[in-house]
Amino acid sequence: MTAIENYIAPTSLEQAVELLAAGEATILAGGTDLMPQSHAGRVKFKPTLMNIRRIPELKGIALDGGWLRIGALATISELMAAELVRRHCPVLAEAGDHFASGQIRNAGTLGGNICNASPAGDTLVPLLVLDAQAELVSKPNGSLRTRTLPLAQFFTGPGRTRREPNELLAAVRIPVPPPGSIARFYKFGTRPALDISAISIGLAGVLRDGRLSQVRVAFGAVAPTPLRGTATEKALEGKRLTPETIAAAALAARDEINPISDVRASAWYRKELVHNMTKRMLENVAAAGN
Amino acid sequence: MSLQQEIEFTLNGVPTRVRVPVDMSALDMIRSVVGLTGTKYGCGEGECGACTILLDGVSVNACLLFAVDCDGRSVTTIEGLADDPIGQKLEKAFVEAGAVQCGFCTPGMVMQSRALLAKNPNPTREEIQRGIEGNLCRCTGYVKIVDAVAAAARAKE
Repeated sequence: MTAIENYIAPTSLEQAVELLAAGEATILAGGTDLMPQSHAGRVKFKPTLMNIRRIPELKGIALDGGWLRIGALATISELMAAELVRRHCPVLAEAGDHFASGQIRNAGTLGGNICNASPAGDTLVPLLVLDAQAELVSKPNGSLRTRTLPLAQFFTGPGRTRREPNELLAAVRIPVPPPGSIARFYKFGTRPALDISAISIGLAGVLRDGRLSQVRVAFGAVAPTPLRGTATEKALEGKRLTPETIAAAALAARDEINPISDVRASAWYRKELVHNMTKRMLENVAAAGN
Repeated sequence: MSLQQEIEFTLNGVPTRVRVPVDMSALDMIRSVVGLTGTKYGCGEGECGACTILLDGVSVNACLLFAVDCDGRSVTTIEGLADDPIGQKLEKAFVEAGAVQCGFCTPGMVMQSRALLAKNPNPTREEIQRGIEGNLCRCTGYVKIVDAVAAAARAKE
């Protein structure tokens, strides 16, 4: 049974947001989440099904001033292959390597991964530590409006975001990391492919003269949304990566998350994993020096 | 009654026009509307890879693809590999390596291997294992499947 009364595949961003201004729509991009979720009854179709895959403004990966702009329709495979991503944000390409399977990476989009807002979404933790922003476009009073929102403020719960029903996520904007930037991503699942993470950890900052600054830490699958680890960041900001600093940061990470026990891992195990892997990631940064 | 939409696409090189419910998967369309049953339904949620097809040359799970999204695109199914040189090498290698037992995963395995060899004509065993990570086989234990893909890569035209 379906409530779909209208199917449309707009060919411009303006046309798409005009349709959204006229009424709510279910947005279809890669379909890799929408198809199984709608079949399982977890997502109910709105009267309009809007396929956004033919909108050129949502495609492409390009530098725009000091920003790397990634169109919402970039597939995970495109992200991993993109020279600009590999050069400026290799941690994002690396996270793509842990994402589902080849077939799903070829279809699933970055915008879809963000708007589905799974606490375990594989791109979300690296995007948070890269300080990414969501570029949201709407047409409220007959003229196009673009607003940007830090991704750290975008997620409000599992499957819930601050995107308004009349808005479309057009792109993600990432400030180009300055020289000396480091970044790491770690995902723990029980097998490499097609696994939903039990936990994931992201870490980024600038390492100069042995000191870490502009530190950003994020955790996935330990709360209703992917979240920034502000206490862990504070334990690291401006510090040398000595064994004492690393130990304190790992404890801060363990103590600032409040995960649940579920089929993938117990709360205790998640906290242990976050402690041990945060420590190991920081030791790796200290040893590598970049 | 679901809303229907007419779409046009190329299926195994043949221009095709069908009417499909807008919430139908490409897999249901290929099997039930078009009638090509080589593409298999395994899990229906992208975990097993039995329904792997090529969409504009790129491998995807047909069970996760909305049929309407095939509009204007090129779709290749296992039937379409009959005339494809790499497809023929894979077919021969799967038979010779004994990479088929029950055969249910085979169309998806071959399609994903076809996509892998198009991108990487000389993959290592590790790259083959990574390449077919989205395809499950419950019979062979994968060793003979990896053997087959490696043999197909080595085979001369």
